[in-house]
Amino acid sequence: MGEVLVVTSGKGGVGKTTTTANLGTALAMMGFRVILMDTDIGLRNLDVVMGLENRIVYDLVDVTSGRCRLKQALIRDRRFESLSLLPAAQTKDKTAVNPEQMKVLCEELRQDVDYVLVDCPAGIEQGFKNATAGASQALVVTTPEVAAVRDADRIIGLLQADTEMRHPKLILNRYRPQMVKRGDMLDVEDVKEHLAIELLGIVPEDESIIISTNKGEPAVLNVNSRAGEAYRNISRRIVGEEVPLMDIEDAGAFMNRIRRLLGLRTG
Amino acid sequence: MLDLLQRILGRETSRASKNVATERLRLVLMHDRMDLTPQMMDSLRSDILKVITDYLEIDEANMEIAFHRDKGSIALVASIPVVKMKRLPTCM
Ligand SMILES: Nc1ncnc2c1ncn2[C@@H]1O[C@H](COP(=O)(O)OP(=O)(O)OP(=O)(O)O)[C@@H](O)[C@H]1O
Ligand SMILES: [Mg+2]
Repeated sequence: MGEVLVVTSGKGGVGKTTTTANLGTALAMMGFRVILMDTDIGLRNLDVVMGLENRIVYDLVDVTSGRCRLKQALIRDRRFESLSLLPAAQTKDKTAVNPEQMKVLCEELRQDVDYVLVDCPAGIEQGFKNATAGASQALVVTTPEVAAVRDADRIIGLLQADTEMRHPKLILNRYRPQMVKRGDMLDVEDVKEHLAIELLGIVPEDESIIISTNKGEPAVLNVNSRAGEAYRNISRRIVGEEVPLMDIEDAGAFMNRIRRLLGLRTG
Repeated sequence: MLDLLQRILGRETSRASKNVATERLRLVLMHDRMDLTPQMMDSLRSDILKVITDYLEIDEANMEIAFHRDKGSIALVASIPVVKMKRLPTCM
């Protein structure tokens, strides 16, 4: 019986779909059985990022409304036997499903796999409630910007107040060590301090994400991708391995330590 | 030498936009999180009362507590009319 993880953020465009696709693929590479579920009804993307868009026949709403069986709607990834996608409906809206139905669906999905990763839409309304309904753990994605961190804080508050998910984990995406070094970007420590939840990993800003999205091949498949490496590390942490932060991940904190040593920075 | 190091490490001037961001974030999160539910306000109120009534007799009905927001800060302001001082046992 698997675990249901929801990938959420509050703010749009910070990398939820990218994160879901890469972590799911990385977990499948490690041999785990994974189902990715897109709950962004009306604005589905996960199929495209995974390169599976041409094979969709049925979608999530077809399943919850009983128009097809779950097995018929799942699209198996060509690269990994143990990876499949349940696509969102594109022509309906978020009210086409409700949290109760999502709970039942997640329960069914997790029967035969190790991980169900749920790609949550932006916002805190119905779509968020649907996506979180059947999950037992949340991964909160944010970027080192004031608006994104603020929205992440709101999401963490909602998760802790309204769901069983008391200990969501943080993924800091689009990190730019050079900007951090110049003092023009919030560093890891700043973000950690403000949000006060466990940091699961840091993903650098990386062109290879765009290239991989163009091709429909998640960056974790590319051994040379820095972002791919970061996602592979995060997936190992998800399964419980102890993996130290990679050096880009650590860049901000390291520089701060040196600055402090030299007295260039107080606090 | 120090100059070179500072250049390599990127000296953080107070103008560095990251410092502005941190400060703005601190305030905006404080504002957002301050949105206490009525239940939480009630329990804050009764906890304050509990502490104060050990020392003072107060006019509970006219007690007021509220958050006051200013540009750079937030204050919890309480107006608690005192009816009588309690005589405290003097301790050494
Ligand atoms: N680490 C990264 N480096 C470079 N580009 C990135 C990175 N992460 C995400 N992106 C790009 O940012 C854009 C938004 O990413 P994505 O679609 O994953 O966000 P999202 O949170 O799912 O958005 P939405 O809220 O619309 O669902 C995409 O174009 C993606 O390629
Ligand atoms: Mg998305």
